[in-house]
Amino acid sequence: MRTLKLFFRNAFRHKLRTGLTVLGITIAILAFGMLRTMVNAWYAGVEASSANRLVIRNAISLVFPLPLAYKDKIRQVGGVTLVSWGNWFGGVYIEEKNFFPNFAVDPRSFLGLYPEYLIPDMQRASFLSDRKGAVAGKKVADKFGWKVGDTVTLKGTIFPGNWEFTIRAIYRGKDRSVDETQFFFHWDYLDETMKKTTPRRAGQVGYYIIGIANPNLAGEVSAAIDATFKNSLAETLTETEKAFQMSFVSMTEAILVAIQLVSIVIIVIIMAVVANTMAMTARERIGEYAVFKTLGFGGWFIAGLIFGESLFISLLGTAVGIGLTFPVAAAFADYLGTYFPIFFVERETVLMDLAAGVLVGVVAALFPTWRAVRIRIADGLRRIG
Amino acid sequence: MTDQPTPCDDHGPAPVLENRPVIVEVRNVNKAYLRGSHIIPVLREIHFDIREGEFLALMGPSGSGKSTLLNLIAGIDKVDSGSIVIGGVDITALDETELARWRATHVGFVFQFYNLIPVLTAFENVELPLQLTGLSRAERREHVEMALRVVNLAHRMDHYPAQLSGGEQQRVAIARAVVTDPTILVADEPTGDLDRASAQEIMSLMCRLNRESGMTIIMVTHDPKAAEAAQVIRHLDKGYLNHAHP
Repeated sequence: MRTLKLFFRNAFRHKLRTGLTVLGITIAILAFGMLRTMVNAWYAGVEASSANRLVIRNAISLVFPLPLAYKDKIRQVGGVTLVSWGNWFGGVYIEEKNFFPNFAVDPRSFLGLYPEYLIPDMQRASFLSDRKGAVAGKKVADKFGWKVGDTVTLKGTIFPGNWEFTIRAIYRGKDRSVDETQFFFHWDYLDETMKKTTPRRAGQVGYYIIGIANPNLAGEVSAAIDATFKNSLAETLTETEKAFQMSFVSMTEAILVAIQLVSIVIIVIIMAVVANTMAMTARERIGEYAVFKTLGFGGWFIAGLIFGESLFISLLGTAVGIGLTFPVAAAFADYLGTYFPIFFVERETVLMDLAAGVLVGVVAALFPTWRAVRIRIADGLRRIG
Repeated sequence: MTDQPTPCDDHGPAPVLENRPVIVEVRNVNKAYLRGSHIIPVLREIHFDIREGEFLALMGPSGSGKSTLLNLIAGIDKVDSGSIVIGGVDITALDETELARWRATHVGFVFQFYNLIPVLTAFENVELPLQLTGLSRAERREHVEMALRVVNLAHRMDHYPAQLSGGEQQRVAIARAVVTDPTILVADEPTGDLDRASAQEIMSLMCRLNRESGMTIIMVTHDPKAAEAAQVIRHLDKGYLNHAHP
């Protein structure tokens, strides 16, 4: 059948028009893919959360600390398997634009709770045995050219002073969803220094992270922990790690909704552009469609010609757009990795791109097809000449 | 009128029609168009027969209804009343799908502006009607090559319409019209867009198809010279049909 040949040849009859339409679709799909990837990056922390981990923080606000002494009482709550604690350190490396998340953690329990951080055994042992040792994520180490054994100085913002660390280990993520831009060091190092410089801030932790045996009992365990510290000077709020991460995302929910709306608007706009192209195309070819009908070809054949051409143009632009999304996303991740540590094009995004491409092709062909199929042969032939 | 050479002179004597069976029966056909709130009658009580192998020219001033009558006979428009029976089939009783199927096998079309598909080669254009038949690829090729040989364009089969002259394009259109060996060939002003020499070639070709292959041809034309090729000329005026022999 010559139908396929007709799709291709018809599609390139007006090379400039087709080229510009394909370019428009490419840019729209690229923009759509990037916006969806950005939304996914925003939720990356939520998606990477474990159902086996709970976060305990001060019930008033995350900025208020909790006593270290709580750890023993927390351990005694039924269902708790492991207790770890830490502080957001907020250190700056050389200058503020070099931002990366850095935390003081209880190393042994922390590594026990986060098996997704993969560290070679020797480096792990070296980190655990050095109080001034630190673990850096692969991406942040690569960014600053750090190697194991290097000394790194962070300027404290929450905890004043210059803090010197020795890189003892570099971790990799178990998969792409693990953030490799973080920096961890011994909480004891922080606490001992506080004891010397600001004793009233010693023995305070920013948060606890606990492991639980049964994720289905997360609600009960959380309630039990919060009940334990009810009416104390520092009441607690315990929630799943996912809920904890979600609380950060929800602060920017309006932006996320706006991004999602913009991504949909882009598809609607390109749908109108392709529909206009197909309407022009079909209007120009009404006479040819009448000839096909005269020769005995039915409405389905005409519909196939228009839908085929519309889908061909749309999917060509979509394919180029998807192809470009990967290198653009990689460049974006390199450039803005600080703000979006986990930025990669997910399979779902590619599938949504494809679905958008098909939707654009189909919707754009609907009206021209309806018109071409309905027109009387005699009227169509009258348009020629 | 007959002193001048006609396009058919080289193709032998005109066939005797009297003993031939009637292939087209047009019975009391009426057709009107609606323009706004006005009903404009185009054809009134049209009633005539066309015999097998007849070459009929329909003439008349613009707006007389000749193209409308041709469209009705070709099954690309519907009568308001009356009937048209072609080869024993009442085409006015067929629905759109049946009519499309009937057209594919029984009618060959030649248009004033050739109406070839510009993105298809001459070969592919001629092959188009055969796509709707059950012929194999090899059989289709054989038929197409034969049709293009009949119109003396076998050597241009890989050319696109834009690479052909008007006369050549019309010859390809004729090859496309006859490739399925239709019951009737309808032609709407086939020489209307051609220079005199090309028009002469086309009329000569149509005469050859009529006289050598016995093809029934119904042609609308303004051109008296083209009409000379026909054995029967019918005039339409204000929707009424008159009759005259050349």
